[in-house]
This record gives sequence, structure tokens and C-alpha cells, in this order.
Amino acid sequence: MSPPPSPGNAILTADHINVRFETAEGPVVAVDDVSFDVRQGEFLSVIGPSGCGKSTLFNVIGGLLSSHQGVVSVGGETINGPHKSIGMVFQEESTFPWRTVTDNVAFPLELIGMARAKRIERAQHFIGMVGLNGFENRYPGELSGGMRQRVSLARTLASEPKILLMDEPFAALDEQTRLLLGDKVLQIQQQLKQTTLLITHNITEAVQMSDRILVMTYRPGKVKRIVDIDLPRPRTSEIVGSEAFGRYVAQIWADLREEASRGMRDEESHALHTHGAAS
Amino acid sequence: MTAATLRKRSRLSAYAPALVGLGTIVGFFLVMELLVQTGMVNRFIVPPPSEILGSFGRVIVEEHVFSRFVLTLTECLTAGVMLTVFGVAGGVLMHRFKLLQQACETWVAAMASAPIVLCYPLFLVIFGRSAWTIIMMGFVAALPPVILKTIEGISGTRKVLVNVGRSFNLTGSQQFWKILFPAALPTIFVGIRLGLIFALINIVGVEFLINFGGLGQLINDLAERYDLAGTYAAICFVILVSILFFMTLEKIERWLRPVD
Repeated sequence: MSPPPSPGNAILTADHINVRFETAEGPVVAVDDVSFDVRQGEFLSVIGPSGCGKSTLFNVIGGLLSSHQGVVSVGGETINGPHKSIGMVFQEESTFPWRTVTDNVAFPLELIGMARAKRIERAQHFIGMVGLNGFENRYPGELSGGMRQRVSLARTLASEPKILLMDEPFAALDEQTRLLLGDKVLQIQQQLKQTTLLITHNITEAVQMSDRILVMTYRPGKVKRIVDIDLPRPRTSEIVGSEAFGRYVAQIWADLREEASRGMRDEESHALHTHGAAS
Repeated sequence: MTAATLRKRSRLSAYAPALVGLGTIVGFFLVMELLVQTGMVNRFIVPPPSEILGSFGRVIVEEHVFSRFVLTLTECLTAGVMLTVFGVAGGVLMHRFKLLQQACETWVAAMASAPIVLCYPLFLVIFGRSAWTIIMMGFVAALPPVILKTIEGISGTRKVLVNVGRSFNLTGSQQFWKILFPAALPTIFVGIRLGLIFALINIVGVEFLINFGGLGQLINDLAERYDLAGTYAAICFVILVSILFFMTLEKIERWLRPVD
């Protein structure tokens, strides 16, 4: 069993993050004073109901959203935009359809001017890591959704980021594929000792993979609780059948249930209000 | 079912669209032949297909169809290259500078449906009775769809792909050449195809109107001589120009973007 990441050696810090959007119905606070850190080699998941500002937080940490208050820093350096230490994997399918699997994965290496032969060799290493050997010369259009997400993951890993930032990368996949891909991510994370921040709404996925889980409230998105997941590593999806796993899932669901219900009520009232006004 | 039978079936199904297409054309000509021969269609308006087929030799030998074909083809190629270069560049500029797009997009769209061919006297004054008048008419008439489709293609690039580029810290130029342009290519090619249709119609039309060189002039000559079979045979050569262009364009598109 590998030792858990020790507290204190934070590689990424989010400090008092606030995000506010102006909408037609007035200002909306998407993220409200969220602070946390991610330790070197740790797998941290951020979980919350739909509309809690998870994806907004993903964009803030990835440097894609600049209209926020608060500070995000990597290794003590404040970041004000996309940072080379952070590799992002998106929720939507994000492979380049005009490039083969190899050329997709080699994309970040091409940007740094690596020679073609060398970058193909490096790309093949990461393609093997995500289990796509034999598909090097295929185009994304010839692959399944799960395989395409693995190509995106390999492409991000090829840039050798210090922090892997993932926004619900398996949200569009079926449960079985999701569990198996979770295994693959765990295996890679353990092999590379990759610091990972996963944004998700899936409790099973979060407990299966994480060292800690940050539970967020429904709008405005605040930190409700941080749960330490004390399950043995290395882990696989087989752990979902264990009693301890079930206890963690129940504990997190107890926290999330109230928030998810609040979100659902809010959406219903919003729909009623909108359609009522329209009719 | 054996593997050999399956392979045979799969080979047949691969050729099926081409065979059905060819069958449809042959069927159409047979029906037309029947209608003309039975007098249901006036042969002084539509000659029987067999007569058109018979006139090919005459049109090729006596009317110097190949040199005319090459002239029309060259005019189309020149207009095609110009409209691709200026149309795509125009679309990119309009996408890049929003004010330019807001100011001009409606005008460009209006130009796409305007009967620009009627401006040929103006072009004759500017370029004289030369191939350049014909090329410029084809070029101007075909420019709007290429510009509009380029804007549509670049604007329609999925946001997540742009965000991937941003996450890798791409420069503006890298973002354009590595993401926006390849993502927009299929739509840009739709614009180029439309543009080439407009260009070919205008080029042959202006050749016809100003009675200068190419297949358009031949069609005019033959029609004035009331050689209907020869006129239709010459039209077949115009169709051949169109087929050649579309086949070449498809090859270029597949080379630039092997799969969608």
C-alpha cells in the first residue's frame, strides 16, 4: 500500500475563489469563497449537484476563466491564465477529428518543436498507457466514445503536466465503461504518481479514485465538507463491492442529497416561473 | 453463408451506387429517346439522345471542342484559385475583425443572390473583350458563398476544441492553423463547391453572352445555327468540366482532411 500524500505539501492552492455571473434575471453567484489545496501526488475529487459551479471552478483553475476573485497558485506561483503545469481533460469529446490517434496524442509535443520521430515514439508510450495499442493510425471518428476520451487523456498526459485537471471526463459513458476507465485512470495515476483533480457528480467514481473528496453545496457553490477516503491502494473497480466503499458512498450521498434536492426544487420553480411568464 | 459469398456481396454493394447512378442516366436517355421517337416530345425542341450521341464526333472534329474545353477549363481553374484564395482570406478577416463582419456580412449575403451576370457590360469596359472579363465575372459572382461559408466554418468550431488550444497555451496563429482552420475545412469546402458552381455558370454564361472563346461561345454558335444535337453535345462538355472540378476538389479535401 502506497503512503497517502502528506498534508502540507500543497502543489495547487485555490484561495477564496468567488465567481459571479450577470444574467438576464440578475447576478448569480456561481462559486462562493471556495478555498482548498491539492497535495503532491494526491487524487482529489470535487463533487456536487448540477449547477453547483463545479465546471466554473474547473475553468478558473484551468485558467480559462479570468473574471473571478481570489487566487489560484501552482507551486506558489499565482496563475492568471492557462498554465503549462496544468493539463486539462474536458467533459465534451475533444479529440481533433482530422488527426490520427498518434497525431492527437503527439499534439503537445509538436507544439514544443519535438522532432517527428521522437514525438511519435513518445506518443506511442502514452497510447500504450491508456490501452489503445493497435489504434495508432485510426481517426477519432473510427473509435468509441470511451476510446476517444482515452485519446484525450493520453494527449494531456503527453504534455507531462504536474497537475491533471479533469472535468467529468466519463460523464457521457455507460456505467460499466466508466468503472473500467476509472481503473485505467487509477492505474495511470498510481504509475505516474500524478497529482489529479477530478470534477465529477458521480459518487461511485469519486470514492473509487480519490484520496479526498470535496463536497460542494448547490448554488452558490461553497465547500460543504472535505471527506478523507481511507481505502487501500492500489485500488481497482473491485473495491465498489466492499463494505467500507458502501459506507463512504452513503456518507457522501447524505451530504449531497439535501443539495441535490434543493437544486431540483430550484430548477422546477425556475421552469414554472419561465413557462408561467411565457403563457 | 460462406465467406466468399459475403465478400462477393460486399463488393457488389460497394459498386451499387455507381451502377444505380449509371442505370438512372441510361434509363432517362432511353425514356427520352422513346418520347421523341413517338412524337410525344417535339424533336425540334429536344433532339433524340441517339442524335446527340451521333453529333459528338462532328462537334469534336469540326468545332475544335478540345481547345474550347481547355479554355473554359483554364478560366474556371483561374477563377477557382482566385476565389479560394480571396474568399477564404476574406472570410478569415471578417471573422477576425468583428466590426468588419457586422458591417459587411449582410452585403456579402445579398451579393450571393444578386444577378451579377447582368454587370457584364461594366466588366467588358474594365477588362475588354478578353478571357479576363469572363474570369472576373466568374470570380466576383462566386466569391460570396466562399466568404460566408468560411465565416460559418470558423465560427462553428466547437468551443471545447478552442479551449483545448487555450489549455495548451497556443498563440493566435497556432490556434488558427492547428485548430480553427482544420476544424472549419469541411464547411469551407462546401463554400468552394458552391462557389465553383456559381463560377462555372457565370463563365459559360458570359462566354455565351459576349461570344468569346470557350464552350459558351460554341453553344451560342451551334444554337444560332439551330444545330440542336450539337448544342446538347457541347453542353455535355460543360458538364464534363464540372465533373472534373468536383472530382479534383474531392481529392484535395480528402488529402487535407482524410476523415470527418
